[in-house]
Amino acid sequence: MSSGASVSALQRLVEQLKLEAGVERIKVRPAPASGLGVSQAAAELQQYCMQNACKDALLVGVPAGSNPFREHRSCALL
Amino acid sequence: MATDGLHENETLASLKSEAESLKGKLEEERAKLHDVELHQVAERVEALGQFVMKTRRTLKGHGNKVLCMDWCKDKRRIVSSSQDGKVIVWDSFTTNKEHAVTMPCTWVMACAYAPSGCAIACGGLDNKCSVYPLTFDKNENMAAKKKSVAMHTNYLSACSFTNSDMQILTASGDGTCALWDVESGQLLQSFHGHGADVLCLDLAPSETGNTFVSGGCDKKAMVWDMRSGQCVQAFETHESDINSVRYYPSGDAFASGSDDATCRLYDLRADREVAIYSKESIIFGASSVDFSLSGRLLFAGYNDYTINVWDVLKGSRVSILFGHENRVSTLRVSPDGTAFCSGSWDHTLRTKNYLFVSLQVWA
Repeated sequence: MSSGASVSALQRLVEQLKLEAGVERIKVRPAPASGLGVSQAAAELQQYCMQNACKDALLVGVPAGSNPFREHRSCALL
Repeated sequence: MATDGLHENETLASLKSEAESLKGKLEEERAKLHDVELHQVAERVEALGQFVMKTRRTLKGHGNKVLCMDWCKDKRRIVSSSQDGKVIVWDSFTTNKEHAVTMPCTWVMACAYAPSGCAIACGGLDNKCSVYPLTFDKNENMAAKKKSVAMHTNYLSACSFTNSDMQILTASGDGTCALWDVESGQLLQSFHGHGADVLCLDLAPSETGNTFVSGGCDKKAMVWDMRSGQCVQAFETHESDINSVRYYPSGDAFASGSDDATCRLYDLRADREVAIYSKESIIFGASSVDFSLSGRLLFAGYNDYTINVWDVLKGSRVSILFGHENRVSTLRVSPDGTAFCSGSWDHTLRTKNYLFVSLQVWA
C-alpha cells in the first residue's frame, strides 16, 4: 500500500477522533445530562425494564387466550 | 523525491501519535464516568424465574439457508430471504405463504417489511436493495413491479425502512451505510467510517431522534446522525466481527452480537460498554440479537444452533433454547413482543431431494 493512502486514511481517523472527543461535551440528543456515570445510566435502564415489565409478554407471559400463538383449539362435543 | 519521502514519513508519524493521544484522551474521559457495572446496580432486582418458551409455529418452505427475516407492523406477517434467492412473505398465524419472489441473485442477506405493510425490500449479492410492492391481485406478477433503489459496490448486508415507506437505510460489504429515497432511487446521505464490511444496522426508536447504529467486520459499532452523515459515537470492545446490533427499547442503549461469542450492551449516555453476556461454554459466534418489549430479556441466536436468553440487567443466562439443526442466522421479536421468530440454516426435513429449512416462531 502506498504511504499516500495511509496518510489520508490516518488524517480521516484523526478528524473522526477529534469529533468524538468533542461529542463528550455536546450531545446530539438533548439528553438530561451530558455524559452520565454508569451507575446513573444503569439505574435508568433498570427503571425502564421495571416500568414496562408487565406489558412484556415474553417476560411475564399472558393468558393463553390472548396470545395468538398459543391458541387453544377447543373441541366440540357432538 | 528523497525529501518527499521524509515529509510523508513525518506526516504519518505525527498523525499516528496524534491519533494515539486522542484515543487515550477519549478513554480517560470515559473512565471518569465509569463507577460501576450494570449487573452491580441490578443486584437488588428480583431474579427471573423459569421460562417456558416453545416453538409454536414452524414455517417451512425455503429450500436453502434462511439468512434474514423481518416482522410486519401487523404483528403477524413475516418476510424472509434465503441463500437460493427466494423471498417469501408468510402469515405466521396460519403458516401460509402469501407471496413469493425469486431474486436474480443468490444470498439474499437482507430483507425488510415496509411500515405500511404494503411493500418489502431485499438485496444481497446483487449489491442492490430493491423494493417490491405487495399486491393481492393474482394477475399481477410481483417481480414485474420491482424497483431498484440502492446501489452499493459490494454486497448488501442489511436494510431497513425508516419511519415511512419513502426512505431506506442500507449497510454494505463496501464498508458504507446509505440513506435512499425510494421513489427516485436518489442517494440522500452516505455514512463513511467503518474500516471494513458493515454487517448490520438498526434504527433508533422514533422517539429518540434521527440516529442509527451499525456494526462491522472492523469490530466497531458506530452511531450515526442521519441528517449530517457524521458518526457521533463509536465503540470498539468486541474482539471480532459484529454480526448484529439492536437498540434497547428506550433508545438509550444498544446490544451487539459478535463472532467473539459474546453479546454486549452499550449505554449511549454513559458512552461505554456496560454489560457483557458470555459464558466459557459459549464458543460460537452470536449471529443475531433482539430485546423483549421491556428490554429485560436479550434473545441471541448462535452459530452452535442454539438461542440463549439473557437477563439484560443481571448479565446471566436465563434459558437456552434448542430448536434448530444448524446455525441460527436471524432473530426478531414481534412488534408487540408476544413472540419472536428465528431463522436458520437448518434442514428440518429431508425427503428425497427436498430440503426444508425452517423459521420458528417462539412464544
